[in-house]
Amino acid sequence: MAEPAVTQDEKKEEEEQKVVDEGIEVGISRLTEARIEQVINQVLNTETGARLKTYVNTCIHCGLCSEACHYYMSHDKDPKWSPVGKVKQTLWEMIRKKGRVSPDFMRRAVEIAQTECNLCRRCLQFCPFGIDIAYLISMVRRICHKLGITPLYIQDTAHSHSVTMNQMWVKGDEWPDTLQWQEEEARGEFPTLRIPLEKEGADIMYSVIAPEPKFQAQLIYQAAAIMEVAGVDWTMPADMGWDNSDMAMFTGDNEIMGRVKRTHFELAARLRVKRIVMGECGHAFRSVYDTGNRWLGWSHPPIPIVHAIDFYWELLKDNRIPIKEKYPEPVTLHDPCNVIRGGGLMEKARYVAHALCETVVEMHPNREYNYCCCAGGGVINCGPPYKLKRVKSNRVKAEQLMDAKARGAKVIISPCHNCHSGLKDIKNYYDLHMDIKFFGDIIYQIMEKPE
Amino acid sequence: MVDQSNWDWETREKTVPMDPWKDKFNWVEEPYASPDGEHVAAVVNQDEEEFNVCVNGETWENPFEKIWYLRWAPDGRLTALVSDMAEWTVAVDGVPWENKFAYVWNTLFSPDGKNIAVAAQNDGMYCMVVNGKPWETTFQNMTYFAMSPDGSKTAAVVQVEDFGEGEIHKFQEGCFTVAVDGQAWENKFVNAWNMAFSADGTKLAAEMRHNLYDYSIAVDGRPWDKVFQCVWEPVFHPVTGSVIAPVRTGGKWTLAQDGEILWEGRFLQAWHQTFSADGETLAAIVSPRYGRWTVAVNGRPWSVTFSTLVSDLVISPDGSTIAALAKEDQTWKVVVNGAAWSNTFHMAWKPVISPNNRHVGVKVEKQGKYTVVINDRVWPQECEAAWDPVFSPDSEKVLLRTVENGQYLRRILPVTEITG
Repeated sequence: MAEPAVTQDEKKEEEEQKVVDEGIEVGISRLTEARIEQVINQVLNTETGARLKTYVNTCIHCGLCSEACHYYMSHDKDPKWSPVGKVKQTLWEMIRKKGRVSPDFMRRAVEIAQTECNLCRRCLQFCPFGIDIAYLISMVRRICHKLGITPLYIQDTAHSHSVTMNQMWVKGDEWPDTLQWQEEEARGEFPTLRIPLEKEGADIMYSVIAPEPKFQAQLIYQAAAIMEVAGVDWTMPADMGWDNSDMAMFTGDNEIMGRVKRTHFELAARLRVKRIVMGECGHAFRSVYDTGNRWLGWSHPPIPIVHAIDFYWELLKDNRIPIKEKYPEPVTLHDPCNVIRGGGLMEKARYVAHALCETVVEMHPNREYNYCCCAGGGVINCGPPYKLKRVKSNRVKAEQLMDAKARGAKVIISPCHNCHSGLKDIKNYYDLHMDIKFFGDIIYQIMEKPE
Repeated sequence: MVDQSNWDWETREKTVPMDPWKDKFNWVEEPYASPDGEHVAAVVNQDEEEFNVCVNGETWENPFEKIWYLRWAPDGRLTALVSDMAEWTVAVDGVPWENKFAYVWNTLFSPDGKNIAVAAQNDGMYCMVVNGKPWETTFQNMTYFAMSPDGSKTAAVVQVEDFGEGEIHKFQEGCFTVAVDGQAWENKFVNAWNMAFSADGTKLAAEMRHNLYDYSIAVDGRPWDKVFQCVWEPVFHPVTGSVIAPVRTGGKWTLAQDGEILWEGRFLQAWHQTFSADGETLAAIVSPRYGRWTVAVNGRPWSVTFSTLVSDLVISPDGSTIAALAKEDQTWKVVVNGAAWSNTFHMAWKPVISPNNRHVGVKVEKQGKYTVVINDRVWPQECEAAWDPVFSPDSEKVLLRTVENGQYLRRILPVTEITG
């Protein structure tokens, strides 16, 4: 693949978007070429195997992955934004040069790996050989982690995981205190409602991501209300491990990822629950259902993981949530990568949407071919410095949403936290004037509640 | 340890009706049976923001605005975390500690029950509180907690250097360490995690990370000379006092002792290493190959492996009986000395080994009904709730604590009544 020509306008745009990230720059300043070479070869030689070799040797550079990528499509099909282009600018060059690349090369490599690929695996759907480019980019992130050049914001989040086992520095007392506060609030509406803490032997342990207790506590309230109305035997843990999220997975700090996931699963095992039901988060699902458990040696989750979509499907199918009347506003459904391409929940998501809403307008493409939100894969967690690039790199998503809006959709249902935040930025930047909701928001709004 | 010989091992059955509690209170939370089985207690709601604890039908003298984490101390005292006027403390048998805090959590007990500790926060600063008395030193954050076997010492992972939001490089210089009874170690680490006290309580070992990549074990603040790709929680050898921890080296896991590799074998995973009391037997849960789990004893894995999970490893004092739970898909099994029992369950609790090392009892659940299994023989009684079986000191009898038809029952049965 030839290097793309860069126009004056593009240069100007690149200048506008130039970010000085302390996490990267301080790390780069400490690098030597010898260190880079040693780390790259250590990762490639001891942490990869047949999978990487097969991918590298199989790719015929056909470029069929390109149009799968929202970055490529949003940047007028500039090849440097294509999935294969990103591999070419990073991992292939490291392999070709046997690790002998410069600090400047690594600066660009970490920028690509952490902020220009969401690991959403849409490109995997179009690769004739099934090459998982997200895996290749993850290996670049692993190398960058070992070189200490991870962007500041997401590195701080990984530090939080390492200390608190949650992603937002929520302290040991703040978590149960927040649950008790939400329980107290909810008793105004449901007088006998409990958020049962540390109830050993409950059917379900409900786990969330740390932004919920930190600044979206109403989601815990809503979940408790749904559990109450549906008569679920559930518990929430008071101990570390309650947070199912995992940004260490996205920085390539596999050891912290494993520690966080072990804590989560062993907590559920200690509480003797049959299943873990998790809130509407996509990346956390990837971490507990795919990546984190496997790093620990569990080929599948030792305690079954049920994503909120699946759980709501189950409750609605069994008529356990009485609905007053369906949600009247026309909605469109965003398919989050990690639970749809990663978990196959696309039809269950539609069952839930249709059970709850009068009108569901499909966005196109959809299901496993849906466009990414451009927030996932840890990209939004790299923080405000990259926000403009993130929203500009997802014009194609705005167009997809505009199309759904033109066909009547007024509300976007996004059963994933990262997608939720990413789509909010997209709608604001492109003036879409659509509301964004979780399934839980809608269920709470339309379910029958005590008088 | 609590002397169980003075418990009533003769009366075959005692009952406490619990159904009337439902009429007496707005709601009754999940019950907890006392270790000796003489009492059953639950948090109950009496009115709006008025909670109490009901013990054998009698409530504590004073209610509280909030009550949670009702737990029996091993010596039979009943504890709960209680709150009034937005202040929290521990109530023991209904009497709150004099000292109050902004929040308390994570109750710890010494094996003899004499010492009770919690983590506490006041004005945004953290410390441990033992029997109502807080550490003299407080810290800006506190995560993992431990108590020495005799309960005389407590420890926690604490933050000793300030760092602001996003100050990642300051964080990476090392801002955390371990404090014992409020006294922080001099050495600071990027992270410290699970800790273990030595049997005599004089030493403390903790998992730690020097930087983002090099993991080791620190003993009394001094890290091992060797570093590893990752480590898990350490334990002390009960006799020699050496420290054993799982370590990851070359992408595989094994056990190390005082920094040197102990087991020749390499595993996909190794954790929860446990010694027999005499120190002669060391067992650990291991994954001998991807997606398979078992127990390794003195480095040699059992031939039987399981697909989903192995947990709750226990070992008799003389090392002759080693038991664990194993899970295959959604089915729980009990495995003793490398052989799985024929009965399977929908849930199982940690195995209990009798004092004579000959019996293994397990609380289990099937189809929502609870019972107890001893030596693979299922007690046929189906219960609404059950607690772990307790063997008598002579191992001839077993104490069974259950809820059946809305009634709490304390039974003493000859073990042979279940095992045949």
